Amino acid sequence: MSNKIAEKKKGWRELPIGGMILEAGNSAEYNTGAWRTFLPHINRKECKNCLLCWIYCPDSAIIVKEGKFGHFDMKHCKGCGICAHECPVKAIAMVEAKK
Amino acid sequence: MSTNTVAMTGNIAVANAMRQINPDVCAAYPITPSTEVMQQFASFVADGEVDTELVAVDSEHSAMSACIGASAAGGRVMTATSANGLALMWEMLYIAAGNRLPIVMTTVNRALSAPINIHCDHSDAMGARDSGWIQLWSENAQEAYDNLIQAVRIAERREVRLPVMVCLDGFIISHSIERMELLDDMQVRNFIGPVKLHYPLLDVDNPVTYGPLDLQDYYMEHKRQQADAMQLAKPVILEVGQEFGKTFGRSYGFFEEYKLKDAELVVVALGSSVGTVKTVVDSLRQQGIAAGVLKLRSFRPFPAKELAAALKSAKAIAVLDRADSFGAYGGPLFSEVRSALFSLEAAPPTVDYIYGLGGRDFGVADVNGVFDDLKMLAKTGKASQEVNYITVRE
Ligand code: SF4
Ligand code: SF4
Repeated sequence: MSNKIAEKKKGWRELPIGGMILEAGNSAEYNTGAWRTFLPHINRKECKNCLLCWIYCPDSAIIVKEGKFGHFDMKHCKGCGICAHECPVKAIAMVEAKK
Repeated sequence: MSTNTVAMTGNIAVANAMRQINPDVCAAYPITPSTEVMQQFASFVADGEVDTELVAVDSEHSAMSACIGASAAGGRVMTATSANGLALMWEMLYIAAGNRLPIVMTTVNRALSAPINIHCDHSDAMGARDSGWIQLWSENAQEAYDNLIQAVRIAERREVRLPVMVCLDGFIISHSIERMELLDDMQVRNFIGPVKLHYPLLDVDNPVTYGPLDLQDYYMEHKRQQADAMQLAKPVILEVGQEFGKTFGRSYGFFEEYKLKDAELVVVALGSSVGTVKTVVDSLRQQGIAAGVLKLRSFRPFPAKELAAALKSAKAIAVLDRADSFGAYGGPLFSEVRSALFSLEAAPPTVDYIYGLGGRDFGVADVNGVFDDLKMLAKTGKASQEVNYITVRE
């Protein structure tokens, strides 16, 4: 197991010193969607496109299309439910993800 | 080379080295006995003699934090502290070293409370020996000044990138006026050169992240790099010390060997006490006794192999510790020295003397007592007591 990890990851001689991260914006590569136990579901009939959900989402997982609510970015949505909590018309419901 | 002979206290000498280095940022909080360093330096800032951004902060924790930020931004950064001030920086000392930031700090050594005491011992810096900082120790004002200038070069070297602490004894060096040589401003600036940048945060076209979360899968690799950097600092310390000697006439290494070559009775020490030990060695030599001193300059990195080689033909060795490590077998210097000697085929018998805590005087009579013990130890090869407390009332 530990050998397997050692194969994939860089050794101390290759890594940037001090734990520094040299590529900007690399958190986009981090699949926070894997953390989810709840999924946000949008009711488009209720949605007023106020985009408060887009402002509040901590993972930039609300994708806006032509100034309106577009879709959830499911690679990054971690299912925190903040969007559902903040939506003034309760257009987002949190639904337990199927295992 | 143009030099200038002056009479100066250690603190003012250090402030003058800082003036000549002209760092980008200094963040500091005053504490005895290092206060005068920043007080004098603040005058240099006020008088426009340096371009430094002086940040007056609310504590030493904040001082080191501001230094870390400024160093990550790409500045050449310096500060000074003592004792409880260093202790309050503790958390940030490790962060400065772990982030590989070449901050240079003067530590004017003073006893830690309690009971409260403002005088010299080495418990402050010795406690920080595992924080990842390089430590250079000074015997007098001249060495403190010279060490500070060299520290900038050592810290910023690409393969090192570690913070450096320059230690000098509180009051004994910091407040005593000594005759010393001030170097020429331009020559100091040429010697240190411009700041060496390494992914500065202010390079907005190439954004990087400092200090991210580093868990089970990477943390140990970064600690391994720090250990490596300490080893890579060794040739750099020697190279810079030799170049300093070529340029200014005073060479530096890991340690100074004083009448050590043929010495049978040897004292290993660091800091101002070495001056007293040298005086005693001179008079013992006149009596035909082969006495000598090894004065350690670089405690971190610790030059174990080099030290063992220099001490291998001694008949008896006394280590002087101006700090205790309560519950350990001897003071911090003793532990290191004995461990280094253990690899020799026939390690000379080595004993420890913990002395001078809280500024307790350490005089010629005390050193004579140590050498008397060494004479016995050389004869018998065995000490009845290996860890001893001297300069203390029984
Ligand atoms: S907060 Fe609610 S109403 Fe506003 S855009 Fe988001 S889902 Fe639609
Ligand atoms: S559940 Fe959380 S992460 Fe997912 S879209 Fe809503 S606010 Fe963003």
